[in-house]
Amino acid sequence: MIEFHVILILMIVGAIVAMELEDMLSSVIALGAVGIGLTLEFLLLRAPDLAITQLVVEILSLIILIRATVGVRMPQERIKGRVGYFIFALIFSAIFLFFSYKAIAELPVFGVPLMKMGSLYIKEAVAKTGATNIVAAIILDFRGYDTLGEATILFTSVIGVLAVLRLQGRKE
Amino acid sequence: MKEAGMTLIVKRITKITVSLIFLFGVYIVLHGHLTPGGGFAGGVIIALSFIHLVLAFGKEVTLKRISQTTVSVVESLGGIMFWGVALLGLFFGGYFFLNVLPKGRPFDLFSSGIIILCNIAIFLKVGAGLFAIFLGLALLKMPVEKKEGESK
Repeated sequence: MIEFHVILILMIVGAIVAMELEDMLSSVIALGAVGIGLTLEFLLLRAPDLAITQLVVEILSLIILIRATVGVRMPQERIKGRVGYFIFALIFSAIFLFFSYKAIAELPVFGVPLMKMGSLYIKEAVAKTGATNIVAAIILDFRGYDTLGEATILFTSVIGVLAVLRLQGRKE
Repeated sequence: MKEAGMTLIVKRITKITVSLIFLFGVYIVLHGHLTPGGGFAGGVIIALSFIHLVLAFGKEVTLKRISQTTVSVVESLGGIMFWGVALLGLFFGGYFFLNVLPKGRPFDLFSSGIIILCNIAIFLKVGAGLFAIFLGLALLKMPVEKKEGESK
């Protein structure tokens, strides 16, 4: 599991680099590195469906972000020399780390006790739906309602974007 | 005015690769119930193949082939098809989203009843929807709209 942690650390480094860089394009590329790291993590956790989806969505968002940020220089506000900010950041980081450690320590080991629903899905998915990709069987058969809601959300967001960005009827 | 889009090399390569990307998306969708992938991932891949066209050839060339209205119609068709597949179960089986079609043998391409139809519906919806968003963003970037300005 050492490669898992190495990639996690690289992702954190990429996120910090993306925040600290002045140039927007370099920032977006650092974000892309974070996304590729997430794809590799999904592959290491044996979730190829998620890995494919994450990879293609990452590429799409990267293209849109690059188109949006090429040639744009955002004004940077640097917080310098404020001792108060630093102390508050330290305190909140300590609180967050403490509680997240407490919460994560209680979790069972990854994937070891199979939950009741999960074991049922794994046992009966192929027999009941005929789909050998159990993920597809779950999201489109057992949990079809959820996918319908997700599709509705996507539809609404597309309508919203097209309504905001439309050319006809736009008064300059 | 210089020619829209990128250089000749990019256009030549794009002509070869776009169809391959499109085919790969179709493969991902049609085998969504057999191998990893599915409607969402395949839809995004197909949207990416069209975006590839827009990036290489410029938006005017692409818009001549596929207008924004077409994209919106295809996306709505995907949504209606998803609802229709769900209602199929209500009419023929008594439950919403019931898998009424014959299941077939596992590992066959035409197996698993409604799942393959749902995958195709989601693929139409996601592919057209994301491409519509990209077209909206690309059209907004257009700095001078002469016709729009005159008619105003």
